[in-house]
Amino acid sequence: MSKEREFLWRRLHSLLGVLPVGLFLVFHLSMNFTAVGGEQTYNDSIGMMELIPHPLLLVMEWVIIYIPLMFHAFYGVYIAFTATTNTGRFSTYRNWMFTLQRFTGVFLVVFIAWHIFQTRIQKALGASVEYNMIKDIVDNPLMLAFYIVGILSATFHLSNGLWAFLVSWGITQSPQSQKIATYVTNIIFVILSIAGVVAILSFV
Amino acid sequence: MQLAANTGRMVKVEIIRQDTQGGTSYTQKFEVPYRHGMNVISILMEIQKNPVTADGQKTTPVSWDMNCLEEVCGACSMVINGRPRQSCSTLVDQLTEPIRLEPMKTFPVIRDLQVDRERMFNALKKVKAWVPIDGTYDLGEGPRMPEGKRQWAYELSKCMTCGVCMEACPNVSEKASFIGPAPLSQVRLFNTHPTGAMIKDQRLNAIMGDGGLANCGNSQNCVAACPKGIPLTTSIASLNRAATVQMFRNFFGSDHFVD
Repeated sequence: MSKEREFLWRRLHSLLGVLPVGLFLVFHLSMNFTAVGGEQTYNDSIGMMELIPHPLLLVMEWVIIYIPLMFHAFYGVYIAFTATTNTGRFSTYRNWMFTLQRFTGVFLVVFIAWHIFQTRIQKALGASVEYNMIKDIVDNPLMLAFYIVGILSATFHLSNGLWAFLVSWGITQSPQSQKIATYVTNIIFVILSIAGVVAILSFV
Repeated sequence: MQLAANTGRMVKVEIIRQDTQGGTSYTQKFEVPYRHGMNVISILMEIQKNPVTADGQKTTPVSWDMNCLEEVCGACSMVINGRPRQSCSTLVDQLTEPIRLEPMKTFPVIRDLQVDRERMFNALKKVKAWVPIDGTYDLGEGPRMPEGKRQWAYELSKCMTCGVCMEACPNVSEKASFIGPAPLSQVRLFNTHPTGAMIKDQRLNAIMGDGGLANCGNSQNCVAACPKGIPLTTSIASLNRAATVQMFRNFFGSDHFVD
């Protein structure tokens, strides 16, 4: 890291977590949710991605997903490991959110790496991404549990991260505005979590 | 007088001690005669008078810092039963026994309960936490501050650099470079002062350097721990907004330095 650049890296980390990574998560969970309509509906909706010319799709994947996600993940791990969590001494709600944000973040690096290996890398190696691919994965109860924890970690990390984003950019300043933001982001967490878990359960 | 006040009750105390800077720490137990209205400092003074541990071993007196004894200087902060606070205003009657005293380890420990808070004073210098009034001639009176704003600023000015917010903050430690909540709130105080605001861009740029404002992780422990009830997290969020504007000004080379 070059000198006196930390402010920019931290702000970039905060921004990329919401745009595009957070927005992509909402899009991803929405696509997953089509599985509720059954195998055909799911395969049709993810088949739409194949309409995008392959070179353009690759560029989009790298620019919208991989590069911002990798920066957010690796810089986030550095942030998480420079913290000294102290919920034992200060068991306030916000301090628990602080700690959970770091735990879910580190867990998500592992989960997403595994998830990409099981899906995107298998696709690059010739497998076809469709309903049955996910069904085969979550047929294993341990994998299903791993995926549910992963989904909940992601929805928590996004909604709580959105709260922190609003503070970090100076949008919510007063305790009252931050409290309202807590309610709103908690509602976002519940909605995204229900959508995500219902979607994965419809593969079982 | 002291005998008359003696109730026969003994107060159990555990103290984390350390003989030298960077040395290993160890726990010692003491029992001190109880008196009405005792604070933590009076326990330490009793140990100083009779430095003998609970199991009868003679030891060195416990070392600690203190000055004003009325919770305005910030020197006597330590971790009491897990919470950082001032030992002068912490009363024995409000504590569960054994009372456990530890130094604020987020700072370098000099000896026993004494810590070196120099990083906080260096941070105040870094952010220019003062109103610049020196000139080669009489600069005259500064602009007046609206009364409502003065009353609000008075709350921020209560900061006594005691270090409690630094000890409570999960992002302030030896392994992290974060400047901490107290000096950040001082930036907001002096950027609000009509004369202090004349160099507000310099203060903002100082906290936009490495280990600055953006290293806050929003655990909000600082505002919960501050003995003076200073709205530290509101200050940080307000500075975040000011820094967002300053960031764009810097990037595009704006000449609106302080307006």
